[in-house]
Amino acid sequence: MSGQGPERCEGTAQRPVFLPVGEAAISVQFGTRIDEDANRRVIALARALDDAPVEGVLECVPTYRSLLVTYDPGHVRGAVLEAELEARIGALEIGADIGRTWRVPVVYGGDIGMDLGALAQDKAMSEAELVALHSGADYRVYMIGFAPGFAYLGGLPEALHTPRLATPRQSIPAGAIGIGGQQGSINSVSGPSGWRFIGWTPWRAFDPKREVPFLFSAGDRIRFVPVAEDEGAAIARGIASGEITPAPEGDR
Amino acid sequence: MSLEVLSCGPMLSVQDQGRLGHKRFGVPAAGAMDRPAMDFANALCANAPGAATLEFTGFGGSFRAGRDLRLAVTGGACDVRFGDRVMPAGQSHAVKAGEVVKIGALEGATWGYVAVSGGIAVPEMLGGRATHLRFAIGGLEGRALAAGDVLPLGEDDPGQPCLRPRVPVYRPGAIAPGTPVRVVPGPQDDYFDPEVLDRLTSGIFEVTRQRDRMAMVLDGPDLPAAGGHDIVSDGIVPGAIQAPASGRAVVLMADAQTTGGYPKIATVLSCDLPRLAQMPTGTELRFEIVGRDAAEEIVLEERARVAEVLGGLVPDVAGALSSEFLLACDLVGGIVAPEEVMGHDLAEDHQ
Repeated sequence: MSGQGPERCEGTAQRPVFLPVGEAAISVQFGTRIDEDANRRVIALARALDDAPVEGVLECVPTYRSLLVTYDPGHVRGAVLEAELEARIGALEIGADIGRTWRVPVVYGGDIGMDLGALAQDKAMSEAELVALHSGADYRVYMIGFAPGFAYLGGLPEALHTPRLATPRQSIPAGAIGIGGQQGSINSVSGPSGWRFIGWTPWRAFDPKREVPFLFSAGDRIRFVPVAEDEGAAIARGIASGEITPAPEGDR
Repeated sequence: MSLEVLSCGPMLSVQDQGRLGHKRFGVPAAGAMDRPAMDFANALCANAPGAATLEFTGFGGSFRAGRDLRLAVTGGACDVRFGDRVMPAGQSHAVKAGEVVKIGALEGATWGYVAVSGGIAVPEMLGGRATHLRFAIGGLEGRALAAGDVLPLGEDDPGQPCLRPRVPVYRPGAIAPGTPVRVVPGPQDDYFDPEVLDRLTSGIFEVTRQRDRMAMVLDGPDLPAAGGHDIVSDGIVPGAIQAPASGRAVVLMADAQTTGGYPKIATVLSCDLPRLAQMPTGTELRFEIVGRDAAEEIVLEERARVAEVLGGLVPDVAGALSSEFLLACDLVGGIVAPEEVMGHDLAEDHQ
């Protein structure tokens, strides 16, 4: 799929390229497109570096298709780190996904899911059909970015792919469930967005006061579970009072 | 055990060395725009390097000390007064409980730092105290400070002397706008034709009013990306020079998002980014390309040079101000009216 164009340093899932990002970071690029295989390798490499840290590496940021590895050149030089990363990549075991699975409750429609009706009309389906399609799919967290805890989801059924709005809306609340191009989202903070929104979850992907501030990690699996509005409100109250703590399937 | 904000500009915030370890969850590092200047302020107050300080732009404001403390202002030339005493920036001064410190306008620089002995002790959030304004993380309630705010202070050692560098400076290194800002090409330099890459180093860029803690927009030659201006998002570091479809260079700064979808033609060396941050609006600058390995050498040398300044501080005996030192500081009289220097550009919010 990837790795075309000889003049470009694209990298492939099998043979990534190392791109310097200044003097204190390297981008290990497994391709230039959204590709599940490349993303699996990104996440596997991040995990390998977590499990057996390399001296001088500060942190890793998994993205769709590359792993940003930041380092302190006072402890490890880029050229040495590249060789070490190359060895790690050679030893990567890409098995079944070991990410967690979350069943995320979603109230479809309503004020926050303001685009549900128009989107269903656009796609020539009923709202119920759209909800069934959206909640029937398996999603994968490709990366967390843009804002704290914001999950970019792959796996959106093609029939639901929808371009972003030309003019972003100013205030989309945290918890909004969105569609942007071929991706899905679970919004983590309130703010402007050009995505379409079809519902909301009472879960908070980012809550700095919670013991674990971030729910989702790159590589996790997501299923959306439709709930009625009053049930969504009850879950929100339970979370606020501390009686409910969102957890992945089979605990953790 | 506190510092009270009596007045301040619109961009006074708590900053430290920035957060580490949460970028994979979308949390930017934040932290000081001019880290060496902030480290210098902390060193002058004998604080640990990780202590939190106040960062301001334009003018500082006035502050009342809730206890005896030492205070230092760094970053640029600045009129600092305790009552009617003029206290040069670039060294620490003893302040008595109840005294009011007035910090005037920065000259020839953009970001100033106020360190107090013991550090600003707002609660840590996600492993740091740095404020990220857009995401409301850290600092005091995640926001810019305002008149009436009372900031908790950490414990200090009252026995420590006030300190100053042997040679007066406002930050450990010149901003030197005439010296090129060094960059490492990439990570998406292959999206640009060689002729456009040449423009990056042959052209003259200018710091525009569109600047804040997230990014600086530069005027200068067009940087069209033959490979397209949209990429599948990848990781971002402060210093990345993005080329959006407008063709104008956008340099990402301390509060930069962790991922982004514009091609990045080059990345500013971490030792030159604070210099760029400090350049006043309207400053003209050039970029110079260096290889990654050479860039590492440069950054390590620069780090050693800063460490030498910070390690070479001497006690300011009995707080006496030699007229020689004062003259060397090139202070001008009178606090400049804040409105004259603030403009509105820096209060802009990316939202």
